[in-house]
Amino acid sequence: MAEPLVIDVKGMHYSPLNKMIREAVASGVKEIVLNNVLGQRFIGNGVRGDAKITINGVPGGDLGMFMSGPECEVFGNAEHAPGNTMDRGSLIIHGSAGDAVAHSMRGGKVFVEGNIGYRGGIHMKEYEGKRPILAIGGTSHAFLGEYMAGGIILVLGIGHEPAVEDRGIGSGIHGGEIVIRGDVDDKLLGVGAKKVEFTDDDLVRLSPLIEEFCGRFDIDPTPFLDTNYSRIIPASARPFAGKYTWE
Amino acid sequence: MSLGSVPLKYKISIDRDQCMKCMRCVDNCSYGVYRIEDDKILIDSRKCTACHRCISMCPRDAINLKERPVDYRSHPLWTVEAREDVINQARTGKIILAGMGNSVDYPIIFDRLLLDACQVTNPSIDPLREPMELRTYIGKKPSKLEFTKNNGDIDLKTKLSPNLKLDTPIMIGHMSYGAISLPAQLSIAKAVAKTGTFMGTGEGGMHEAIYPYQDHSIVQIASGRFGVDIDYLERGAAIEIKVGQGAKPGIGGHLPGEKVCADVSCTRMIPLGSDAISPAPHHDIYSIEDLAQLVRSLKEATNWEKPVFVKIAAVHNVAAIAAGIAKSSADAVVIDGFKGGTGAAPKVFRDNVGIPIEAAIAAVDQKLNDQGIRNEVSIIASGGIRNSGDLAKSIALGADAIYIGTAALIALGCRVCGNCYRGLCPWGIATQRPELVSRIDSDVGAENVANLIHGWTLELSELMGAAGLNSIESLRGNRERLRGYMLDQGLLDVLQIESMGA
Amino acid sequence: MCGIIGVIDRTMARMDGSSIKEALSLMDERGSGEGAGYVAYGIYPDYADCYAIHVFFDNLLEPKTRVDEILKQWGKIIHQEEIPTYEQPGLKKEHISWRYFFKPFADQKVGTTNPDDDNVKQLVMDINGNVEGALVFSSGINLGVFKASGWPEDVANFFRIEDYKGYIWLAHNRYPTNTAGWWGGAHPFNLLDWSVVHNGEITSYGTNRRYVEGHGYQCTMLTDTEVVAYLFDLLGRRHGMPPEMVVEALAPPFWDVIDQMPEKEEEFMRTMRLTYGSALMNGPFAIVVATKDGIVGFTDRIKLRPLIVGENGPRLYISSEEAAIRTMDPDVESIYMPRAGEPVIGRVIE
Repeated sequence: MAEPLVIDVKGMHYSPLNKMIREAVASGVKEIVLNNVLGQRFIGNGVRGDAKITINGVPGGDLGMFMSGPECEVFGNAEHAPGNTMDRGSLIIHGSAGDAVAHSMRGGKVFVEGNIGYRGGIHMKEYEGKRPILAIGGTSHAFLGEYMAGGIILVLGIGHEPAVEDRGIGSGIHGGEIVIRGDVDDKLLGVGAKKVEFTDDDLVRLSPLIEEFCGRFDIDPTPFLDTNYSRIIPASARPFAGKYTWE
Repeated sequence: MSLGSVPLKYKISIDRDQCMKCMRCVDNCSYGVYRIEDDKILIDSRKCTACHRCISMCPRDAINLKERPVDYRSHPLWTVEAREDVINQARTGKIILAGMGNSVDYPIIFDRLLLDACQVTNPSIDPLREPMELRTYIGKKPSKLEFTKNNGDIDLKTKLSPNLKLDTPIMIGHMSYGAISLPAQLSIAKAVAKTGTFMGTGEGGMHEAIYPYQDHSIVQIASGRFGVDIDYLERGAAIEIKVGQGAKPGIGGHLPGEKVCADVSCTRMIPLGSDAISPAPHHDIYSIEDLAQLVRSLKEATNWEKPVFVKIAAVHNVAAIAAGIAKSSADAVVIDGFKGGTGAAPKVFRDNVGIPIEAAIAAVDQKLNDQGIRNEVSIIASGGIRNSGDLAKSIALGADAIYIGTAALIALGCRVCGNCYRGLCPWGIATQRPELVSRIDSDVGAENVANLIHGWTLELSELMGAAGLNSIESLRGNRERLRGYMLDQGLLDVLQIESMGA
Repeated sequence: MCGIIGVIDRTMARMDGSSIKEALSLMDERGSGEGAGYVAYGIYPDYADCYAIHVFFDNLLEPKTRVDEILKQWGKIIHQEEIPTYEQPGLKKEHISWRYFFKPFADQKVGTTNPDDDNVKQLVMDINGNVEGALVFSSGINLGVFKASGWPEDVANFFRIEDYKGYIWLAHNRYPTNTAGWWGGAHPFNLLDWSVVHNGEITSYGTNRRYVEGHGYQCTMLTDTEVVAYLFDLLGRRHGMPPEMVVEALAPPFWDVIDQMPEKEEEFMRTMRLTYGSALMNGPFAIVVATKDGIVGFTDRIKLRPLIVGENGPRLYISSEEAAIRTMDPDVESIYMPRAGEPVIGRVIE
């Protein structure tokens, strides 16, 4: 196994940095470590392959946007829209993240140990084998899974009771599912979202995800392996049906 | 010397291949266009008003109507209408009476105003997914919040005046029982109750059928004071003093005795069959301080529990008049533009007196703002508002809410034929004849009117969302979000908007 | 899109401008090089009882003569000088920056409980509305705005902001959209004690503008942010509302939330919204406002712009990006994101 490529990115602009990352991955480097990251945007942007990128610090917005394959592990918080339109691969964030996390995500995984801001998972979508996953250890602000068209959002709400207290959950949802630890107040559900029971079958289906998430953050999964979740799904795949009349 | 006849206004024809002689046209036409002779439907086109009742009831689409089938020599000044009016008056020596709104081809300012939408610098909002607040309070507002601070706690001292709470800024204006039929008014009452808004009773009192919806009614007190007693005042959610009407500023009204049937007579509290005459002014209001006195008298009588509105026609000096009203303890000013509808008005008034609502809203809003009191009084605009675009533009110019009249009647079937004053309305709206009135089922009517309000409300939400606004307060008076389309500088200045592209 | 950052040292320990310059420069991606600016509180201890009036002059002839006249008519100029500037290759000097230390005559204004502030407010409106070639861009006591068209580091070096020491700093990196970049259009916007930096756009500007214009303000800066300073002055100073309440008026809860409040709270918020409906600010924004007593940051009601808060002992930071806060203070703790419309307040401890 080759030595990881270690880059001290202090004061570096994101463009040369991303160029280095892309070239390294293209030349077969499997592991890249970025130290002193502070505000550099677009890290891992559009990168293909299966490299592992470790980010020490606070990366800027659009982390892993259009990324297709690599894993980025962040030791710090992420800012706006990590996982934006991500295709494949994973983001593991040992911290919190800003608004619009996993915006329009098409595939892969975004794990956030802490909290996320507004509009997490907005317009996540799925197609055939691609089913994006956004899992959150803490809580989420409003409009979680807004416009959601596919994939899974999981909120464990660790340290937060109830797990989500902000409005507009699944507003406009027409595909996918949002699974939230504990009960969710009906008044927090957005237009077009409906709450259904989280069944034993659901638990069987989602246990691997819960275990994987906990495993990445050294959390004991046992207390989370029960059916104490709320499952929020679309009331209809056609939320706009019935809105229009013909001229 | 005989003047002879003028040509037909409308020519009706029946496609005899299509016609199955179901006689629906014969039964439906209250003007007597159709009759049967020897198993044949004969047509007297001269009686037609283009109300479209027959056309809409014909199961075979067999009826055709052509407007102005006979040409005159064209002349830009001596229009057909000008010539026919002269002939009419030469014949009769009388004032020409007309129905519905102004029919002169004045430019429509609404159609020269363009709304804004977001691109890039601010996100548009999808009203189906994120909150969109159309809730509107009509009434007096405090100029500032009064409160006391007690070791960190804030105690509110301000007490709000009574306000009407609207779920959508669309109300239905005053059309009295008498001018319109009971099922028509009842349809409207049920519709506003359903959609969380309000209707005006008009000046004809309140029929007991409306009582269940009185919490959604604004009772009107006009110069004739028909049907006004303390019970009536207490029934209304608000009280409106009608000073004038956009379709006929400066003159009174006149409900002909033929329309004063038993029920109308008892609702208006006047003798059966007598004319119901509303004088031009209120004879207890000859000056602005008299208005203030009437406002306060109404408030005293109702224990200061009801907002009191004052409705005026949009006349040239509307801004200054509205500012005077705003200082009178009135809670809202209703401005009725010169394109507003009416059951009957002298044509010369309807077509020539007053100003358009767009300019009136802008002028009133500006005047009140200049005096620092805009926020303390509501502005309700009416007179020619046809769709949600007009609604959004009215609010952006400065209105708090609107009244619709004609649009609501169209939702009940009206085709704007303009013959309301004849009392023969085949749609059962502007008539008191039992056989015609029964054509409206108030539940169906309510559904249609509520649908209209709902549709406009949805469209308004979309327009606001596209403009990046999620609360109606932020649209009100937001003239930055309007542009003028080929309006002259004088009007741009009055409207206080920029030209498109600017 | 713009970048903002603000900091307060609640013990009033003063910081020079070097670290906020770095923090703002880190957010260059959020700007376009067409405007940047800084405001600092506590920088003029030698004139701690004077209004520091900063003016952009097109030249020192007619405009300055007119401003001198207006100031002398309404008060006394204790001292005046050109604000020291240092040429930067990347910055075109478009105006002469001047400062007056000014004391209004106490007996010149009647019908107000706050004659000095009202006096200065009126002369600012007068100069900005009527004197061609002069623009007052800062008018508070013991504080000063420094701004220009350019990148943050150039603007900072132009004014050498590291030479000023303040206990509150706000800074702004501009990417102008509504109006071209000009010096007056750069943030912070200031009136009297109020300074504002703003990221986003106020879609309700037309409504808000009419509202403040109905209460004696004139909008002369051709941009939406100006109106925020006037709203804070009207509600905060003239209506006496504490900053939490001002934020409640400008970014109130939604009606469906208000409807579910306990009766007393519901009445309070309903009255607030009815009273200040025209002050409600719509559109995407994150704003930090400062006065001599503290700073308050808040976003629009549906959180369309980012805002991050960090604390370290007496210091409270509010910014568009966490990285900017960490640039100023690598040891910052308790980083968090406030809710939409939730005021984040840092007050000085006397």
